[in-house]
Amino acid sequence: MTSIGTGYDLSASTYSPDGRIFQVEYANKAVENSGTAIGLKVKDGVVLAVEKLVHSKLLVPGANRRIQTVDRHIGLATAGLPADGRTVANRARDEAANHRDTYRSPPPLKTIADRLGHFVQMYTLYSSVRPFGISTILGAVDKDGPALYVIEPSGVFYGYHGAAVGKGRQLAKTELEKLKLSELTAREAVMEAARIIYLVHEDAKEKEFELEMSWIGPESNGHHVAVPKDLFDAAEASAREALVSGLE
Amino acid sequence: MERIDFQQLKAGEVNLGTSIMAVQFSNGVVIGADSRTTTGSYIANRVTDKLTHVHDRVYCCRSGSAADTQAVADIVHYNLQLYSQSAGSPPTVHTAASLFQKICYENKDGLSAGIIVAGWDKEIGPSVYNIPLGGGLFRQPWAIGGSGSTYVYGYCDATYQEGWGRDETVNFVKNTLSLAMSRDGSSGGVIRMCVITEAGVERLFIPGNELPKFWQGTEVLSALKSKALDPQVVPMAVE
Repeated sequence: MTSIGTGYDLSASTYSPDGRIFQVEYANKAVENSGTAIGLKVKDGVVLAVEKLVHSKLLVPGANRRIQTVDRHIGLATAGLPADGRTVANRARDEAANHRDTYRSPPPLKTIADRLGHFVQMYTLYSSVRPFGISTILGAVDKDGPALYVIEPSGVFYGYHGAAVGKGRQLAKTELEKLKLSELTAREAVMEAARIIYLVHEDAKEKEFELEMSWIGPESNGHHVAVPKDLFDAAEASAREALVSGLE
Repeated sequence: MERIDFQQLKAGEVNLGTSIMAVQFSNGVVIGADSRTTTGSYIANRVTDKLTHVHDRVYCCRSGSAADTQAVADIVHYNLQLYSQSAGSPPTVHTAASLFQKICYENKDGLSAGIIVAGWDKEIGPSVYNIPLGGGLFRQPWAIGGSGSTYVYGYCDATYQEGWGRDETVNFVKNTLSLAMSRDGSSGGVIRMCVITEAGVERLFIPGNELPKFWQGTEVLSALKSKALDPQVVPMAVE
């Protein structure tokens, strides 16, 4: 072998002798370098929030969105390579549309998470492809109520009450654990989500960032939409305030 | 586009010239059917079961071509098994009906199938869906189908009432089918019924000699004839 290293990390279809797939682990690194994304499953809805790091002052505000809509009632937030996020979102939309076509009813989130998990896993099997460099937070209010899932680059997915992926996930998780998620309303969760994103950004203060938030709940009529401007501004203002008072 | 007349059966094709029915009530549905299967004027099967299981709490009543409707029911049965395994819970009646509708609509040129889907599910309880020939999908409190149904629409409209319990609904289905079978030449035999509730599926069987009886009719002409002869003709007296 001409290259340096063991050679076990060159392909997603190669195991290392102790049973690891390095390409999948590298994909997780791509996620860890990304701005934080969180999801909160509360009493009456789901809130998604993203810390979108802005790498240039020349960028138009609102560009390169990291929260996308899959179906009327399903939202998706990604952390990792933005382009991979769009690919997975498009696949999710196809799966949702397919379900609607076949069963003439809105897909339950578990079904979509299951199908997407399979899709992501397929990219860990072949030497000709690269695993997705993203972790995906899926949120919805379906026939069984609010639901939240995270799909990792390996293709595994878990259901959560509160989820955090990306650079600030550790701190975000600690903050999420402090909340009584099952007692919060979606409106209250928006305030908390904004606060958490602002808090975890502290460590990467040197970079500019844009807060992105969406929700699904009674006030959005069960649809996945961006948080209304007045509430968004209030949440952002109180997040900044909490940060200042917290530092004192 | 040239269309095949799908109303026309192929020579020798087995037909379910039928009377079928499904009615929802407070905590379940009652479905029923006659038992006649014909090839032309010959009764190919006089004890047919037209009430077909597609899932634990979802059944369908089949009318039209026996071959077509059996094949469609088999496909839907397969898909519902797949669905319940991957979703981890039983399908809704609406899901089952949607699968039937999709097949019936997409193959409307080739199929001769009029299907009623009925059952019970956790989400909305009892429900009845009618899928007539073109492949439409209609939720109804009660539905009748097959050639025999045309004779009993008036009876159903005049009789059906909301809020019935199990026994009243079973009687309604039994009476309607009996009336349809007595007027429709392609329906007959016995009545098969199923009561589908959350608790389970109960099968009921009414033999041909125990069908509910209604007005049987009297021979009017012969009655008139005897009346015409009524005045006694007395032979003329002769000396």
